[in-house]
Amino acid sequence: MAERPIVIGGGHLVDPSQGIDGPASLLIEAGRVSAVHRGGDDPGRPDGAVCIDARGRHVLPGLIDARVHVGEPGAEHRETIASASRAAAAGGVTGFVMMPDTDPVIDDAALVDYVRRLARDSAVVNVYPSVAVTKGFGGEALTELGLLKEAGAVMATEGRRTLRNNLTLRRALTYARDFGLVVAMETHDPDLSAGGVMNEGLTATHLGLPGIPREAEVIPLERDLRLAALTGSAYHAAKLSTAASAAALKSARAESAAVTAGVSINHLSLNEIDVGRYRTFFRLSPPLRAEEDRQAMVAAVADGTIDIIVSSHDPQDVDTKRLPFAEAADGAIGLETLLAAALRLYHGGELSLSRLVECLSKRPAEIFGLPGGTLRAGAAADLVVADLDLPWVVSEADIVSRSKNTPFEGARFSGRVLQTMVAGSIVHSLE
Amino acid sequence: MTPSAAHAFRHRHLLAIADLSAPDIEFLLARAEAAIAVSRQINKKKAVLQGRTQINLFFEASTRTQSSFELAGKRLGADVMNMSVGSSSVKKGETLIDTAMTLNAMQPDLLVVRHHAAGAVELLAQKVGCSVINAGDGAHEHPSQALLDALTIRRRKGRVGGLAVAICGDILNSRVARSNILLLNALGARVRVIAPSTLLPAGIERLGVEVFRNMDEGLAGVDVVMMLRLQRERMAGALVPSVREYFRYFGLDAARLARAKPDALVMHPGPMNRGVEIASEVADGPQSVIEEQVEMGVAVRMAVIEALIGEGRNPTDG
Repeated sequence: MAERPIVIGGGHLVDPSQGIDGPASLLIEAGRVSAVHRGGDDPGRPDGAVCIDARGRHVLPGLIDARVHVGEPGAEHRETIASASRAAAAGGVTGFVMMPDTDPVIDDAALVDYVRRLARDSAVVNVYPSVAVTKGFGGEALTELGLLKEAGAVMATEGRRTLRNNLTLRRALTYARDFGLVVAMETHDPDLSAGGVMNEGLTATHLGLPGIPREAEVIPLERDLRLAALTGSAYHAAKLSTAASAAALKSARAESAAVTAGVSINHLSLNEIDVGRYRTFFRLSPPLRAEEDRQAMVAAVADGTIDIIVSSHDPQDVDTKRLPFAEAADGAIGLETLLAAALRLYHGGELSLSRLVECLSKRPAEIFGLPGGTLRAGAAADLVVADLDLPWVVSEADIVSRSKNTPFEGARFSGRVLQTMVAGSIVHSLE
Repeated sequence: MTPSAAHAFRHRHLLAIADLSAPDIEFLLARAEAAIAVSRQINKKKAVLQGRTQINLFFEASTRTQSSFELAGKRLGADVMNMSVGSSSVKKGETLIDTAMTLNAMQPDLLVVRHHAAGAVELLAQKVGCSVINAGDGAHEHPSQALLDALTIRRRKGRVGGLAVAICGDILNSRVARSNILLLNALGARVRVIAPSTLLPAGIERLGVEVFRNMDEGLAGVDVVMMLRLQRERMAGALVPSVREYFRYFGLDAARLARAKPDALVMHPGPMNRGVEIASEVADGPQSVIEEQVEMGVAVRMAVIEALIGEGRNPTDG
């Protein structure tokens, strides 16, 4: 099948890497895009070509999700690499960076190799391993970043943790620079946020829950940005949530061009009010903030301060979520709803479609040096065919992921992935 | 029958004052007034809840609240069983929900639950088939405490509406403060909170209270002074530096009480830390109604229990 040429004709192609946002047809041969025909003209059909009629539909480069937690190895009951990849395919995600927060922590070349083999044998989308910055997330001894990169790691990160030791972080950044490895960090000051479980403010006060101030994110972020400027390293602020964080990033950009940032789709779509009465699926890290912060995040994506949007997919089971709010784990799944939730921002007039595709595909590929993010001739045929207006309701029964902790259960979306293709093979098709 | 007593109390659980309307509160207070007499008779036992089972499930140690609920249930004729965390399987790693489901299978009519996590009692109420009373969940709510406080005030002052009530101390960590702020506002009192800024939660001024950081100013002219217990662990958390300093600025002694109206009531939900938040001269003085609060506690809890599972109540209501 994959050997036969494929024509995707009549659709609306959005590919910021080629500056295309209009009608175009694609010819795919041997798993790669071999020609892009702009405008309405017929691309022609090579002998024996399979035709996909995309009239009335949008064709996008496959999404690349740079922050995905998987339960394998160690917590396969929550998610395996295979199940995460199927969820990804259902959401139009053709490649994702897998977080090293597994058991054991991915901090050794043999483990990177193990993950890559598992992915090769079981995943339907591209899986790119990331690795710990310090051994076992211990916060002190550096991992073998050179060997890890050679083994296939695309990014170094402390996962859900923040590096506490300034000197360790400085050395990690300096050392990673020599190997061209991006260091991606979440920033939570463990003292300022101690005991906190949601955004500090009136909502938390009403619920009697201890709050996490915005400064718990901003203070370590500012520290990280200063060290990034000092070392000139490629630093990626992985999950911003506050207006002050966006401001800090903007001023850091003036000093170091190598600094980039991401935001989770949850922090662009939801706010602290969604916690309602102790709904643990809305317990996230960083916590959902106030509506002003959500709007500031959207503005930061629009003006380029924030480069990428991630799902921050984090499968949790009933054993970690069916608990009192203060005792539940952070995290929500998000692969399957990533595009649909992002389209809300497009339909709501908050972000343009081409900016969304940039943040969901082109920029993550560029920042982490991944294939994909483009459908120019010669690129792998990793793409999505979507109906941007198709209405649907998220229901637990339809969730592909092994865990069901979605904050979008019951959400009404306009826009759904119809087909997802990886290297010219269809890996998801909506019935 | 008073108009408030004719009001139908359509709640299956008592989880939070936030769920109650002013008529609901008036209804419970009126029923509690009637229940006071029962406890003052020689024969204190009614049979209205004969055959009903009440389980007190306390994940957090409490002597007075648990015994108050126990006595309330027994005086109404219910069978009351106490389960506290020390003797339960919670310590063996069983989750809150599993514990709740196990107890639920024993077909109780009422669970009275205290838990250290905000929202835990509500979570449990979603999973069981019987009525649930929140006997305190983290720093969220303690509705029966606010009801007994209101009953005490009303019996002494004849009303709650229009009175100036100062709530003093660790507002940040207090479920009693949250329930009282909601209830007193619902009944039309003017509520003040007095605390050092480190013990005030974010956004407190938007809860309909006047905020004071100076006790002398905050107490000026108030009708009721409600003191809160200060946990000694707060010193370790850098919220207040020392007992000595706290008492100096936020402790209630006779001189400070003189700022309030001459007939102002002194209240405390207990247990008191004498010399930390309150001086003995005031705790045991003529303006203190602290012991009366304990008596009203039993009456209020009898009223609540009967309203939830008494005669004519179908447990599947509302």
